[in-house]
Amino acid sequence: MIADWSSDQRSFKSASWGKTMMWIFLVSDTFIFSCFLISYMTVRMSTTVPWPNPSEIFALDIGGRKIPLILIAIMTFDLITSSGTMAMAVNFAYARERRKAAIMMLVTAFFGALFVGMQAFEWTKLIEEGVRPWANPFGAAQFGSSFFMITGFHGFHVSVGVIFLLIIARVVWRGDYDQGRRGFFTSRRGRYEIVEIMGLYWHFVDLVWVFIFAFFYLW
Amino acid sequence: MKTAESENVPVAHGGDAHAAPSPRTEAAHGQQHPIALYLTVWGLLFVLSACSYLVDYFNFQGAERWGLIILFMLAKAGLIVAVFMHMAWERLALVVAILLPPMAVLVFVGTMALEGDYTHFTRATFFVSDGRQPVEAR
Repeated sequence: MIADWSSDQRSFKSASWGKTMMWIFLVSDTFIFSCFLISYMTVRMSTTVPWPNPSEIFALDIGGRKIPLILIAIMTFDLITSSGTMAMAVNFAYARERRKAAIMMLVTAFFGALFVGMQAFEWTKLIEEGVRPWANPFGAAQFGSSFFMITGFHGFHVSVGVIFLLIIARVVWRGDYDQGRRGFFTSRRGRYEIVEIMGLYWHFVDLVWVFIFAFFYLW
Repeated sequence: MKTAESENVPVAHGGDAHAAPSPRTEAAHGQQHPIALYLTVWGLLFVLSACSYLVDYFNFQGAERWGLIILFMLAKAGLIVAVFMHMAWERLALVVAILLPPMAVLVFVGTMALEGDYTHFTRATFFVSDGRQPVEAR
């Protein structure tokens, strides 16, 4: 490791600049989400009003039975599935099977869009029940502000990821990286590695959800 | 600079005359791993998610609850970062540069936990001692 860090010109021998920059962006994003989760922890610890029970608030009536937290569980499985298909897309891209890679990316984008849809449903339900960023009928007022900030910011990341996926899927489907076609913005030739870099972002969004699920919904 | 770009090989910025020869061989196929591995991890993530959901479903409380939640959370996070994000195959220099800085967040968590605890103490002492709602949460 010391040899890598002290070496000439580049420290990250196994990662290209594109991958390294995505990682550095993700580290900065980690700090943003950490700040949200830490502020959530602080307000939850410091409030003297009882915290609403997420298990009951996010329960759904299915077939006359109230199943706790079921929507959030479905959203979790949906996001994990999309991570799986993204990993497949990366694999196909490196195998230079561009059609299969593009299809897997479209499947990933579909699951991502589904996730955002379920989140919109969840928001609508809570807003109808009277949850606001400044107050809610269930308990501590800070519940609403934490909920809307954390899930909103995560949902925004998923939405951006879906757009990003669609753009890359189109370019891969067209075979830009086989023909050495130049990028629209960069006017440089791309490589199939972009699919892996895109995958890093997508898996990160899944990773953040793992923490939100544990700390916000289950705790 | 653009000559080697079409190849599936990470190239150094600028003139790559001094680039280490090793990446060319070890990363020639990028991060390509058997599909079976991805499917295994995918399955494990499903199982772990189901486990953490069951913690809530069976309504575990107290130390059992948060212990299990954190255990399943860290297992899932580890699998995603190591396999899906290929951290297990990157060199130590990158792994340390990426994973070490977020560890500093734990210090932040610690200080804010102290702060939250103290705020709760002052509120409980000065605002809700008579059993009424605190002024700021009306």
